Amino acid sequence: MIALPPTSWRQGESLLLDQVAFSAAPGHLVAVVGPNGAGKTSLLRALAGLHPGGRPRPAQVAYLPQGAQSAWGLSVRDLAALGRIPHNDRDPEAIAHALDACGITHLCDARIDRLSGGQVRRAMLARAFATRPDIFLLDEPTADLDPAAAHQIMSLLQRTAKSGRCVIVVLHALELATRYADRMVLMQHGRIAADDAPDIVMPFAAAAFGMRLGIDCAPRLLPPR
Amino acid sequence: MKLLWVLLLALALGSLLVGGAGLGLPRADILWQIRLPRTALAILIGGGLAVSGASLQGALRNPLADPGLLGIGGCAALGAVLAYYWGWSAAFAPALPVASLLAALAAAVALLLVAGRGGVLSLILAGVALSALSAAFIALALALAPNPYALAEITFWLLGSIADRSLAHLALAAPPILIGVAVLLTLGRGLDALSLGEDAAASLGQPVQRTVRLAALGCALAVGGGAAVAGGIGFVGLLVPHLLRPWFGERPSGLLAPSFPLGAALLLGADMLVRGLPLLLPLNGELPVGVVTAMLGAPALVVLARRVGR
Repeated sequence: MIALPPTSWRQGESLLLDQVAFSAAPGHLVAVVGPNGAGKTSLLRALAGLHPGGRPRPAQVAYLPQGAQSAWGLSVRDLAALGRIPHNDRDPEAIAHALDACGITHLCDARIDRLSGGQVRRAMLARAFATRPDIFLLDEPTADLDPAAAHQIMSLLQRTAKSGRCVIVVLHALELATRYADRMVLMQHGRIAADDAPDIVMPFAAAAFGMRLGIDCAPRLLPPR
Repeated sequence: MKLLWVLLLALALGSLLVGGAGLGLPRADILWQIRLPRTALAILIGGGLAVSGASLQGALRNPLADPGLLGIGGCAALGAVLAYYWGWSAAFAPALPVASLLAALAAAVALLLVAGRGGVLSLILAGVALSALSAAFIALALALAPNPYALAEITFWLLGSIADRSLAHLALAAPPILIGVAVLLTLGRGLDALSLGEDAAASLGQPVQRTVRLAALGCALAVGGGAAVAGGIGFVGLLVPHLLRPWFGERPSGLLAPSFPLGAALLLGADMLVRGLPLLLPLNGELPVGVVTAMLGAPALVVLARRVGR
């Protein structure tokens, strides 16, 4: 269970979050969507306790920032081991399990700066998995990935949520959000504009992106009979 | 790791046997008054510089970081130059190292005040500003030097040397260097977390502000203590972590401890070269060791740069 009491976060002139309250229960995959600058990343950072006055809960909450990268050419295993810092250990079983869940066990000795973008994303996810948190906060874990890799990561997150964890994901790709999430939160101007099942929120989200459904959206291909 | 300590021990024993009095075991007073302080200073200063470089590179997530980049070395030099300039060092010999150490600490405090809560980037910018400022004031002091002797003395000091240092110098430099290195060695976990960026490190429960501040302060002590008695010795802090990465991996915490023996061995080796050269070549006196570390360090960095590019 993660809960954010009504929170405002002002940085200089701009209001990042405007009296936003949020909570999510275990077992759910929540997609946070909205136009650029709507406050999606700020919501995630506030949930991670990184706003002024916030307190991170490192052992329970794993936070993966947008475009996460490693400054150094760590091995994939060493990178995943960073997820054990909150527990003060290097539990090899938790690390091996995380690498396995993310499908990168075969890369565990490879250097992170020699991998493809998709492999780096998986290694970063493995870092979050290695913590064995109750709550995952992931900021665009599928950005710049090809569709196949994006779908693989989303179905991994779906399985994770079904196993009783709470997964909150910022997504740009609406079709991934509607397909995998069981709850969709639309952010606009630092507020939560809509929060419900994906098919209910979807028209509002499309409007927020300036699209009209059925005209600008690509029609879905029907499966072959 | 063990190998590095063995190398350092071998060099240290060798260092006691090389000097102006020729090769071989010297008289007891030469051993105790000249070669022992010089060897111990080379070990402490080289090790301190290397550990400072390794922790700054980790804290700033930048392989170019070096104690010189943050202006700590520059301000230590400025403190010493001012002590020369105003004649404090002529009136009272320890004034120079004390002024230099105080200037290094003042630089660290100024850095942290200017950088405030702004994080790593503002710390680097403040450091660059500080080193430019100290370089300008050093140039001014040189231009306005009261007499040519002072000018020559300041210039030579700026080049960096550990020749003719006594046990008193050692007693002055050792405490700040050892305290600084001890502080830096505790930062491993925080530096590891920082390699993922400040947000991720904070979400892993690491105190980012505190880690970066302690890194700056530890460097000020370790570098300031060295600069106070030896002047400006460059390249050791920048080079040593790069030499270690192919062997120890790139994890910042894994580089802190091995940096000490390698930095110490590097400076000791360079200083033995400085002492040995006049025995082989018809040189008029010794080269400053700072010149030798720069002459060895620059090509080594070029080689590393070519390898990184591939």
